[in-house]
Amino acid sequence: MTVGINQLVFVCLAYVVFLFVIAFLAERAAMQGRFAAVLRSPLVYTLSLSIYCTAWTFYGAVGYAARSGLEYVTIYLGPSLVMIGWWWILRRLVSIGRNQRATSIADLISSRYGKSNTLAIVVTLMAVIGVTPYIALQLQSVVLSLATFAALEGEGHGFNPTQAAFWVATGLALFTVLFGTRNLNVNERHHGIVIAIAAEAVVKLVALLAVGAFVVWGLAGGLSETLARIDASKIGAWEVQSSRWVALTVLSAAAFLCLPRMFQVMVVENDDERYLQIASWAFPTYLMLMSLFVVPIAVVGLDLLPEGSNPDLFVLNLPLSQNQNGLATLSFLGGFSSATSMVIVATLALSTMVSNHIVMPVWLTLRQGGATQSGDVRGVVIRARRLSILLIIALGFLYYRASGGSGALAAIGTISFGGVAQFLPALLGGIFWRGATRNGALCGLGLGFAIWLFTMLLPSFGVDASLSRETFEHGLFGLNWLRPQALFGIEGLDPTVHAVVWSLSLNLMMFTLVSLLTFPDPIERLQGAQFVNVLDHSGPSRFWTASVAGSEDLMIMSQRILGASEAQRFFRKQAKAQGVPGHLPEPTPDFIEALERELAASVGAATAHAMVAQIVGSSAVSVQDLLAVADESAQMLEYSSQLEQKSQELSETAAQLRMANEKLTQLSLQKDGFLSQISHELRTPMTSIRSFSEILRDTSSLTEADKTRYASIIHSETLRLTRLLDDLLDLSVLENGQVSLYLGQDGLHNVIARAVTTVVSGGEGRLKVHVVPNEKDVVLNTDLDRLVQVFINLISNSQKYCMTDVPELTISPKLTDTGLTVDFVDNGQGIAPDEQAVIFEKFYRIGGSQGDGAGLGLAICQEIMERLGGGISYLKGHNGGAFRVFLPGTALAFDTTYREARTPARSDVSRS
Amino acid sequence: MPMADRPVFLERRSYRLRRMMDAVRFLPFLGLALWMVPLLWPLPAAEVAKNGIPMSTALRYLFCVWLMLVISGWLLWRKTRVQHPSEPANAQDTVE
Amino acid sequence: MSKHVVLVEDEVNIAEAIRFLLSNEGWRVETLANGISAVEVIRNVSPDLVMLDVMLPGKSGFEILHDLRSDPAFAALPVLMLTARGQSRDREMAEKAGVSRFMTKPFSNAEMLDAVRDLTS
Repeated sequence: MTVGINQLVFVCLAYVVFLFVIAFLAERAAMQGRFAAVLRSPLVYTLSLSIYCTAWTFYGAVGYAARSGLEYVTIYLGPSLVMIGWWWILRRLVSIGRNQRATSIADLISSRYGKSNTLAIVVTLMAVIGVTPYIALQLQSVVLSLATFAALEGEGHGFNPTQAAFWVATGLALFTVLFGTRNLNVNERHHGIVIAIAAEAVVKLVALLAVGAFVVWGLAGGLSETLARIDASKIGAWEVQSSRWVALTVLSAAAFLCLPRMFQVMVVENDDERYLQIASWAFPTYLMLMSLFVVPIAVVGLDLLPEGSNPDLFVLNLPLSQNQNGLATLSFLGGFSSATSMVIVATLALSTMVSNHIVMPVWLTLRQGGATQSGDVRGVVIRARRLSILLIIALGFLYYRASGGSGALAAIGTISFGGVAQFLPALLGGIFWRGATRNGALCGLGLGFAIWLFTMLLPSFGVDASLSRETFEHGLFGLNWLRPQALFGIEGLDPTVHAVVWSLSLNLMMFTLVSLLTFPDPIERLQGAQFVNVLDHSGPSRFWTASVAGSEDLMIMSQRILGASEAQRFFRKQAKAQGVPGHLPEPTPDFIEALERELAASVGAATAHAMVAQIVGSSAVSVQDLLAVADESAQMLEYSSQLEQKSQELSETAAQLRMANEKLTQLSLQKDGFLSQISHELRTPMTSIRSFSEILRDTSSLTEADKTRYASIIHSETLRLTRLLDDLLDLSVLENGQVSLYLGQDGLHNVIARAVTTVVSGGEGRLKVHVVPNEKDVVLNTDLDRLVQVFINLISNSQKYCMTDVPELTISPKLTDTGLTVDFVDNGQGIAPDEQAVIFEKFYRIGGSQGDGAGLGLAICQEIMERLGGGISYLKGHNGGAFRVFLPGTALAFDTTYREARTPARSDVSRS
Repeated sequence: MPMADRPVFLERRSYRLRRMMDAVRFLPFLGLALWMVPLLWPLPAAEVAKNGIPMSTALRYLFCVWLMLVISGWLLWRKTRVQHPSEPANAQDTVE
Repeated sequence: MSKHVVLVEDEVNIAEAIRFLLSNEGWRVETLANGISAVEVIRNVSPDLVMLDVMLPGKSGFEILHDLRSDPAFAALPVLMLTARGQSRDREMAEKAGVSRFMTKPFSNAEMLDAVRDLTS
């Protein structure tokens, strides 16, 4: 009886349900904080590492062995060496990953190189390109194994490989979305998924061991018989190419470190750094067991199964051919587990990278200017994560469809390894070499990846598929040294070795060279220091128990800062105070606080705090780094403050220049306006003069009356011109400050009387002028003629513009604390508020009115009053026109004798 | 760092521990060296007279190395895990 | 038939001179001292010529000219502009606004009369 495809699908579904259930239970237990010992045991950690063993290793290793003998084992040797050598690389990697809270390998690399998102995007894209074929490979293996069962039923079973692949992909996407994006905690741990893959790890190991045991003891008849059979087979002798042996070991070791899914389980899902040392022997054991029966199965498969059957499926076909249906089903589940666990974790890791480094930045950019970012970012992240998961699985499915499920499993796996291995120089350089720079990493990654594409991925599609035969034989662009399998004209290398050697070595060279030549920015340097010195102040002791805050570490640091004897004295004193024998006190909060204060005296509070926090907390920057950073930041601060100062000076200068320029422009505008005004004022009377003089000259038939009239117009216009010129001259003299003041002394009332008399006698106005007398006359000590000029101007303005029936002007002088004010208020309509600001401008005439003045009177008054040390202003709040003349105290002379010698002029001067 | 900062003589147990950690650090290189031994094996194509190294021998050799490494790793873990907290800063130990 | 001119000029003396000169030539002269009602008057009178000062109380010569030119009925009406501000910018603005002739004060009577004849022949 054979296992029907439907039964198999049923078993498969039951298994999936089982995985869902344990994942769900694990999630719930983790949420409730129960079974932590199980959920996060070293065993689970080790088993979760087994996602390294994918369907490629489950099915493919046997096929690989059947084709090329022992070479397959290199795929396990590399990771075993890395695990056994945990102390060298993984210890650092895990420490850094936890310290930096790295969420993915892209995150870690970008974080090392100054948190550069460009780098993160590059790594993410490379990882997606490198891993997508691998995901396709897993789908293919599941479909192949299903097809094997289907084939047993003969024709008409209705098995559709594409459909099967689609449903598998859908199921995996669902699982990953469900358990990979349930929560969004900081450290990106996924208990459900880890437990599920641990369970799957057990299933695949048991399955492979069961098939192996069946083959060795059931089919071959015991261990020695099996070995004999092996020696007799066509792969019975050691015939591995040395170059491939080394290259593949290196490649698998590199991939073990660089694969996004390995980083996920090894670093991100790591709970306790101590587990790493357990896994250092436990995981090689797992790998050893996984590879133990590979050769026997391959050899027996080659013997028993018909010629031409696919060696990749020996694990399945051997039990089936012996009608061991239960074993075959178990074997199928093993393969299924390998495939699914890999896809789930790889997708999870990739989706974290894609959503964190590509989708979210894009989303945030698009959102700029939109609504404020509220708390729904978490939701967006989860959605982005889910979207990325679907996207990546869809990519894998599409790749599967496109590639048509062709190619040996192992080949695709190696290619994928080659792609992710390109991260190695940037990764190791980043954690061991402080001089590694972002540009170096970018250049190295770019070059290595380009070479990988050209020598490994593209040729893998076959001649004339993506690269033309022309390119294969004569190189890219016809350049002979750019042949994809013989770069630089070096021929005869195995294509894989060729690709690995060239891509990794040139990657490394480029990375080193560019790093040496470029200069990292401060964040990069700080991160570099943190990464490289992650263990310096913790050491192995703190690696196991981070809580043992080393008094010794504190001591070492204090000695560096305070000096040896000073530090020891301080520590001894503290130890004595605590009652602790010896010279190291317990690191109690009090002691640490005291130490911090002590250190603060030397290096400043902030630095001291940071330093102590370094050692007491478990973050990891060495004291030298801190000092270096402090120095650097001090330098930078100084430099930037210098810059700031300079730029401030510059901007001040610029502002001054701008102001000067504005002033000049304004002056120039004023000058233009002034000239234009003068032109107008001069040309207008001249027009009348010219016109009428021409009329007088040319017209013979004028009456005497007309002649007289026109001559008088010419005369008055000439007077107007003269007055204008006088005013202009006056103003110019006043403005240029060339005016000499002729100081004299006289009583205020006399001065007012002079002005009033001049205006009233000279004009024909009906203006009544009242002077409000002061009790005591004030004696002025100023240029009296100029002051009279101002008063005359104000009075005649009133006379001109006060248009009431009985125009009246009241002049009221008043002594104040600071000097003397004289108000001129008439009963006219006054000046409109919007005009009050401009009446002192040159050539301004109220209401655009005509007059014989040029509009310079008030401007002249203002200039005069300024010369006299006082001022003139328009008084608001009066009905009529109201001006106030102000004279300072210095312009007043309190000469009593003088004052008594004169009788105050108390006169109302009026003229009708 | 001046020598005076650290004791010249350690107690026996600490000394032993440090040597264990040295062994931990050394182990991967041993593994690498042993696993690269097959590179020295003759290939059947090169020397037709001898038939090369039989597969069974190769298998036995590789897996023995593997087993040895795993057991060494386990033993070293047993030896070093408990006492580690008391061991002084080991990173500086390498400077000795 | 006597021709009709509207003169917008705020300077009384200049207005009188021009009125005298044009009347001697047989023109009927309508004088306005400010710009506010100028457009309305011109519209009512439909003169053969308009003479405009630039600086006018109420509404500048440019504004009046602009208003006139935006009315199709007066698009071709000869407008002689007189200004006392001797600036080339004024000439440019006037030409932009569609002036027929632009004269700078002070002008000779003959020159002015020539321009008037020129514009209305």
